[in-house]
Amino acid sequence: MSSTEIGMPVVPPKGYPQEVRDRLDRDADAVIARYPVDRSALLPLLHLVQAEEGYVSGDGIKYCADKLDLTTAEVSGVATFYSMYKRQQVGDFHVGVCTNTLCAVLGGDEIFAALKQHLGVGNDQRTEVSAEGRSLTLEHIECNAACDFAPVMTVNWEFFDNMTPEKAKQLVDDLLAGRPVIATRGPAVCSFRETERILAGFEDLREDAVRGGGSAGPESLVGLRVAQARGETA
Amino acid sequence: MTLKLAPVLSRAWDEQDSYTIDGYRRRDGYTAVRKALTQMTPDEVIAEVKESGLRGRGGGGFPTGVKWSFIPQGDGKPHYFVVNADESEPGTCKDIPTMLANPHELIEGIIIGSYAIRSGHAFIYVRGEVTHVVRRLLAAVREAYAAGLLGKDILGSGFDLELVVHVGAGAYICGEETALLDSLEGRRGQPRNRPPFPAVEGLYASPTVVNNVESVASVPSILRNGKDWFRTFGSEKSPGFGFFSLSGHVTRPGQYEAGLGVTLGELLELAGGIRHGHRLKFWTPGGSSTPLFTDEHLDVPLDFENVAAAGSILGTRALQIFDETTCVVRAALRWTEFYAHESCGKCTPCREGTYWLVQAYRRLEAGQGDEAELEKLLDICDNINGRAFCALGDGAVAPIVSSIKYFRDEYLDHLRHGGCPFDPARTTVWAPALTGAF
Repeated sequence: MSSTEIGMPVVPPKGYPQEVRDRLDRDADAVIARYPVDRSALLPLLHLVQAEEGYVSGDGIKYCADKLDLTTAEVSGVATFYSMYKRQQVGDFHVGVCTNTLCAVLGGDEIFAALKQHLGVGNDQRTEVSAEGRSLTLEHIECNAACDFAPVMTVNWEFFDNMTPEKAKQLVDDLLAGRPVIATRGPAVCSFRETERILAGFEDLREDAVRGGGSAGPESLVGLRVAQARGETA
Repeated sequence: MTLKLAPVLSRAWDEQDSYTIDGYRRRDGYTAVRKALTQMTPDEVIAEVKESGLRGRGGGGFPTGVKWSFIPQGDGKPHYFVVNADESEPGTCKDIPTMLANPHELIEGIIIGSYAIRSGHAFIYVRGEVTHVVRRLLAAVREAYAAGLLGKDILGSGFDLELVVHVGAGAYICGEETALLDSLEGRRGQPRNRPPFPAVEGLYASPTVVNNVESVASVPSILRNGKDWFRTFGSEKSPGFGFFSLSGHVTRPGQYEAGLGVTLGELLELAGGIRHGHRLKFWTPGGSSTPLFTDEHLDVPLDFENVAAAGSILGTRALQIFDETTCVVRAALRWTEFYAHESCGKCTPCREGTYWLVQAYRRLEAGQGDEAELEKLLDICDNINGRAFCALGDGAVAPIVSSIKYFRDEYLDHLRHGGCPFDPARTTVWAPALTGAF
């Protein structure tokens, strides 16, 4: 039973084993050094412990509290405020479907309904582990600032543009089968936990990771193309 | 056709290395910062930006140079320069492609702005749900450090600047500048009381400028080309250019960078019009927090003054366009659910009010109740608007009040039909095109 369900009182976390702490400390100390005041490191540190476990556990909260000299209550208060910090284990992939108005109207509602049925899970739920050893968590998400590419999906917060129910089902099938998946504007998708380390502010060192997806998507260029065709510059 | 596009920030997005420092240098990148740091005093930089008339591109429209001039000098406190890259307003999708394709123009603007306000520490607060943007920003900042454009003694000027990419974690409210600062301090992202304003007590209670991505990225072009060049675009009170982001039921959605004051009618000509066989029904001029417009407003010049005079807000120039297949009640309900989800919980009118709005709306959409439900909705709106701690509450009521104003009959149709009279299958991008219907 997860600590978010009502049940028996949760035993206070013991904290990570020493070897995990030693490994995390190298990254955590680099994060803290970026800021004039240590507490500013809390959001990236929460991304970092989510990279360790695939969610923010009691151990993760205790680790952040110890590093920043905060109480676990203070860290919990922050962790529960932000929707990207998950209180239950996320699968190998976090799959988001935008259902804010614009995307919903253009097809996001149909995509989300199709995926729920196809995967047999509801919002914010994780699939069973596939034969190839993969699972994913499905969630409907708010506007992800890609409205000109609607309907929009994300995998580990990478852009998947101009989606349809068919493309969406193929995408999750590929993810669960362990086939390589490349973002529309981005590189090959890595795991959720690897992604969370990037969000803690550490570079993705894979070759071509930064280059992936090219400079801009086609929709980002429509105005420039018109201007070029008409010989207009600023 | 008098419209002239003004591709400035987007001028080289079609080049395959536009996001690299080499690509940026090929288009005069980092020449403005050299000019600022070696030929201009900080006050001269502020004056140039102030006189260009550049107004905040994040929705507020406050003059950028004036904001910079509010930072007290000689106060002995550290100053901070913070970029609001938390782009989350529904419909708004300009800063994300800017940071993907052109992160160095943003960084150049940050160095110039930090120099102007005498800040030695700058932050880009970028929303968390955009992994690839984070990659591009981290790489660009590394390149800028390696080139001596960040760090100690930049370009031999004696000016030092550290720049940190700070990744958020999913909270629309952090686009509100004081909530952003609390979040950057490692706290729940909740707005602060003002005054004191961030220029006096911002990050760590020190003088702080918070500027939108597009505002900051516009600064290098002003220094390269001069304030008079900038004023050749736009209007007297709304000078310059900006992105107009067209999305929804339009033939060619995307980014159109043009002088302020362009109309939707002009933009639609470039974008191939409303999707084939359909007609415009309603649209947002600047994101979901700006009151809706309809086909009556095709000729409203999209600048700060004219949009306000027509009863809405220019906002972020996020033009979400919906055709006649779309139920306005469905659209406004979904936005209302968004605001309820994103309300930070700090103040009662917004926390409770958005929750009540959703309950009332769901009944209405299901065709339950009578016309009194509409009055109840408007009454709740009246108790949120202007009474909430920050602008989120005002934003939440904007689509509701404006949609009832223009489409009251459509709400009543839901009550008469006992539910939504629209077929949602017709709104999707893959819905079969109607032929000969109009």
